[in-house]
Amino acid sequence: MLILNCPYCGYDKDETELSAGGEAHLKRFGPGASDEEFEGYLFGRANPKGLHFERWCCASGCGKWFHAARCTATLEVFGTYKAQTLEPPQDIKDAISAKRPGWTWRDFS
Amino acid sequence: MKRNSVFAVAREAMRQHSGWGRTWGNPEAQKAYDVVIIGAGGHGLATAYYLGKNFGITNVAVIEKGWLGGGNTGRNTTIIRSNYLQDPSAALYEKSRSLYETMSQDLNYNVMFSPRGVMMLAQTHHEVRGYQRTAHANSRQGVTTEFISPARVKELCPIMNIDGPRYPVLGALWQARGGSARHDAVAWGYARACTDMGMHILQKTEVTGITQSGGNVTGVETRLGHIACKKLGMVVAGHASVVANMAGFQLPIESVPLQALVSEPIKPCMDVVVMANTVHGYMSQSDKGEMVIGGGTDSYNAYTQRGSFHHLEETVRALIETFPMVSRLKMLRHWGGIVDVTGDRSPILSKTPLGNTFINCGWGTGGFKAIPGSGWGFAELMAKGESPLTDQFGLDRFRAGRFIDESVAAGVAH
Repeated sequence: MLILNCPYCGYDKDETELSAGGEAHLKRFGPGASDEEFEGYLFGRANPKGLHFERWCCASGCGKWFHAARCTATLEVFGTYKAQTLEPPQDIKDAISAKRPGWTWRDFS
Repeated sequence: MKRNSVFAVAREAMRQHSGWGRTWGNPEAQKAYDVVIIGAGGHGLATAYYLGKNFGITNVAVIEKGWLGGGNTGRNTTIIRSNYLQDPSAALYEKSRSLYETMSQDLNYNVMFSPRGVMMLAQTHHEVRGYQRTAHANSRQGVTTEFISPARVKELCPIMNIDGPRYPVLGALWQARGGSARHDAVAWGYARACTDMGMHILQKTEVTGITQSGGNVTGVETRLGHIACKKLGMVVAGHASVVANMAGFQLPIESVPLQALVSEPIKPCMDVVVMANTVHGYMSQSDKGEMVIGGGTDSYNAYTQRGSFHHLEETVRALIETFPMVSRLKMLRHWGGIVDVTGDRSPILSKTPLGNTFINCGWGTGGFKAIPGSGWGFAELMAKGESPLTDQFGLDRFRAGRFIDESVAAGVAH
């Protein structure tokens, strides 16, 4: 059972109280984009076996969307953070680096 | 390989079954092969088999990270049906279903194909309309299905309660020629036939890297060293994104756990396969007497081969209204597999950005039924560069917006 802390309302939420929203930090493309860019935005997914940045909605709580850093192989959660950001805050990056030395944040968005 | 027959059974009975031999080989790896297939599950082995049988390509290695058939081939609920809505899907799955009918004879190995019939329950008015539409589409596609009444559902499956207060049974889409088969035997039968043709199956051999030169793959890195190949097929289901990433391209796929469970064995009580997509549950009875129950997928990406416990509870709770006897059953064991789900819920059988590399993935929650058809089409794609069965299932459809949208028709449960 996955338990995530909602960074907005501050409560620990069970996965049954949340809804998953897939990969986070996707770069959006809209009108004027090439087919390739739009395909990547709509369907291309990193789908890593390991560290994954993802969106969650505090569906049965405050209703706000937030982000989580989680390992898809071990289900370890490195932390959650508010969605109004283009990359994870430094404390999340530090928490990941402590467990996964050599890890680097991807260069996009 | 000795042929299996009634005479072989009699012969071995006379000598304490000492002469059966190994079902598949455990050879020393060569340095190079014409074709390397990554993944010795049903789809990978079927691909190798039809490469040999239909195209005479037998210098083939099938490389497997774990043990043969130990991934989703050994973890599914063994349902075989072809009642899909869209033409490309119906063609592919119906080819597959028809190959299952003759598989035991073709492979000389008993895969226990049991065409006991599959019914997909309509428990909302929306589903009634959806399945009637599918039945009409199937009649145009040459797939024999019919929409049947609640009374007929009760007649075919007497243990069902069709008057549930929450989800009454309003009818069902019935495919009399659907059914199930022994999943392990499918992998074992193909492996045996591949060994017979001189192919190599290399188990416990994880691919750790893919070497390239000039837009083509030159081979794969494994614990056995570098294995060169002229063509590469990736058939790794849940780990498709991981292997594609090694080759330097991304897929429109997300990997999530899907769970199943079986009850204690009981006396025969149900001789059809029932799927209830509204409540995300499906059930059949195995030859051992266990009730085999499939549930829904987890909502988030994971590679753990186990799922969240609450999904089991939801699945069983939902089935109890339709099958009251389930409430008295002890559940024996449960497990999970990692399914590769695409954006349009249809599989990918495709060329890749690398010239001599092909990918077969995205079967999501319903790959077992497609094993022979997928192998047949994918082998043709690998041998000739095109196949009428697979041409609609290319990766390019996501860029073109030409989806094969089976989400509505197939629901979540496969």
